[in-house]
Amino acid sequence: MLNSKRLVLAHFWLGFVSFGGALLLGAWQMWVRSPLHPWLQNPELYYRSVTAHGSAMAYVFPTLIAMGFGYAVTELALKKPLIGVRWAWAGFILVALGTVTAMVPVAMGLASVLYTFYPPMIGNAFYYIGIVLVVVGSWIWVALMSINLAAWKREHRGVPVPLAMFASVAGAYLWGWTAVGAAIEILFQILPVALGFKTTIDAGLARVFFSWSLHAIVYFWLMPAYIAYYTILPRAIGGRLYSDSMARISFILFLVVSMPIGIHHLFADPQVGSGFKFMHSVFTALVAVPTLLTVFTICASVEIAARLRGGRGSFGWIKALPWDNPLMLALAFSFVMLGFGGAGGIINMSYQLDSTIHNTQWITGHFHLIFGGAIVIMYFAIAYDLWPHLTGRAMTQFKLMRQQLWLWFIGMIVLTFPWHFAGILGMPRRMAFFDYTDPEIAEQAVSVIISTIGGAILVVSAVMFFVVLIRAHRAPRVVLEEYRFSTAVHESKTIPVALNSFGLWLALMIGLTLFNYGYPVASLLLRSDTSVPAIPIGGPQR
Amino acid sequence: MSDERLFSLRNRWFTVTVGGTLALAAFSAAVGFIWLPSAQHDQPFQGIWNAICSAAGVPQQWLRASSATPVPLVQTSAVAMTPQLLADSGSTSIGRGATLSLRCTMCHGVRGISDANSPNLAGQYASVIYKQLADFQSGARRNAVMSPMVTNLSDQDMRDLSAYYAYLPKPEALRASASSSMPVPDIVSHGAPMRNIASCASCHGGIDHKAGSPWLEGMPAAYTRGQLQAFANGTRHNDISEQMRNVARNMTPDEIDAAATYYAGAQP
Repeated sequence: MLNSKRLVLAHFWLGFVSFGGALLLGAWQMWVRSPLHPWLQNPELYYRSVTAHGSAMAYVFPTLIAMGFGYAVTELALKKPLIGVRWAWAGFILVALGTVTAMVPVAMGLASVLYTFYPPMIGNAFYYIGIVLVVVGSWIWVALMSINLAAWKREHRGVPVPLAMFASVAGAYLWGWTAVGAAIEILFQILPVALGFKTTIDAGLARVFFSWSLHAIVYFWLMPAYIAYYTILPRAIGGRLYSDSMARISFILFLVVSMPIGIHHLFADPQVGSGFKFMHSVFTALVAVPTLLTVFTICASVEIAARLRGGRGSFGWIKALPWDNPLMLALAFSFVMLGFGGAGGIINMSYQLDSTIHNTQWITGHFHLIFGGAIVIMYFAIAYDLWPHLTGRAMTQFKLMRQQLWLWFIGMIVLTFPWHFAGILGMPRRMAFFDYTDPEIAEQAVSVIISTIGGAILVVSAVMFFVVLIRAHRAPRVVLEEYRFSTAVHESKTIPVALNSFGLWLALMIGLTLFNYGYPVASLLLRSDTSVPAIPIGGPQR
Repeated sequence: MSDERLFSLRNRWFTVTVGGTLALAAFSAAVGFIWLPSAQHDQPFQGIWNAICSAAGVPQQWLRASSATPVPLVQTSAVAMTPQLLADSGSTSIGRGATLSLRCTMCHGVRGISDANSPNLAGQYASVIYKQLADFQSGARRNAVMSPMVTNLSDQDMRDLSAYYAYLPKPEALRASASSSMPVPDIVSHGAPMRNIASCASCHGGIDHKAGSPWLEGMPAAYTRGQLQAFANGTRHNDISEQMRNVARNMTPDEIDAAATYYAGAQP
């Protein structure tokens, strides 16, 4: 049962629209700093665009997808109407309002500070206020997910929580806690300066707080994709989930260990001690465990589906998979990109290896491959799977969907592989223009041109995605059978309370965060000599 | 299942996960805070406590024996330049500055517009004027005419003068001709990145403005050229962290001419 169709559709549509706009900006950025375009006369335009692209892609788009998907999962998995629909709409309106509030100053060039804020640069206060509104709107979602789960548990004592709901709530809790770091940074450090109450800011401490949010936010983006791996894919390809417990353990591990690891973004920062950098490196490595568990479980589930369809042999079963199913295609592409992106990520998280690629284009290539590739392609898959149930209309353009997914995969590989390579050649990130005529960097020109082509392919793919969605709204109405999530091979009637509740895991998450961040934050807070003058951005130009 | 207590030492989920987390945290802390820093043999890392402190990032003074602050070879500016310096000045300050400015008019013009190849001051940033006056007084910047002129000024005098000149209107006509009719030379709009030269416009206005950088439109070409040459050969050295010296040293004579001429808004 899906009662709040308009609510979910509103979240998805606003998310995808902001994604479409930001994607165009991204392609433009790739083009203007490639050798195909003469130097931008005004580099500020570039940073303005990067700020809008990053803010929309990192804060608005995935948050709305996670919220919309979370509401859908709540109704579909718990089989009861969402509690607090009005609050949900209020959260949506806050996110929409925050997006506009943030984007207006960015568009006016008053807040070209990039989405990672980078104090001591200080932009227009409304940019930060807008981001806060987006986060507050999403916190309403976190609360609603928690309330709906609690209400269901009260009515179903001793019954295992449906996996999709369990995972969605894990994602919500992860976001609720990870957003606290950036919220502290904005509310207590940046806004007092942006509003004119202070003229100095502790940029080092601000970076520590932001790192608190910056890495775990990636796992928040990842959550809908992982939920789809476990609870949609096996059903969509006619198989069963290999292990329900393994899925729960993966989500729990994400919840616990994806938080206290953000300082691996600060390996080159002098204000954090090397011991903490090493500890964060260790815990980052640990995140590979739930990822590998997931890859194993999903591959096993896929094999089950293939063998049910008559697949034979050690690898021969792969041929028996339903490759004409867009979701199967999306999963395969997502795993390939996750594999390459994850391998690159192991370099980023290693305390020593990171120094070879720190602050180079490798990093931008890496997070585009993981987020834009492995994760966003699963957002497409989620939309394709849910759309008929949201619109009540048939979705039959499988060929167009397959082409769209192929193009997204190819575009992302063409975009990010040369991007990584440019980083290995030493090309720095966050630069508005490069003089490719200079022999020292001339060899980077080819990589950047190839990446630009990849960006263009992605734009074409996104246009096709919107065509599919819009046509689906105009398709003939159909009566669908009830939506269901995948079922496990062995469905147990009872599970350990540890795999059915969050208390212990939230305690570990918060405890580890305090252990890994407590001293770096406290030591910077207590020192009096760590603030620097704020640099206003977008003030009078002359 | 509902009777099962999770937060209990008899629950293996609890003991294994909490114990495992603690063990991992303790192990990584031991490696990161004791073992790895102990591989360093410098004096600040000797002993377990020093190893822990250094790995935790406790500020340490290295090379304590020779910790005397090195004396700079040339005198540098003592002004702490921030974007907020002299950001708002009262009308009293402007009035006092107007009176004090009478002694400046001979070179800098009655209304802050120079006819004598001295820099225009009308509408210049207050913080910029204040820094130059303070540098002339401290000796960080020297000039046969200016140095004696500022010797007896108090700090408040200099703040008042800066407030007054910042208050005067910019030369409108010059500004229009400089920005509209002339093509912008590459050095102004792009700089020369491969020689580490940022564009003039990225600090002096046009693209962005940075604290301590004057706006230059209408500045006499002879003055701009002379200052760039002085930065290049080191006779002027009051720029913060050698920012302008590093730029000017790498500029070609043609680029210096192009920038000076462009900002003067005059034909070569």
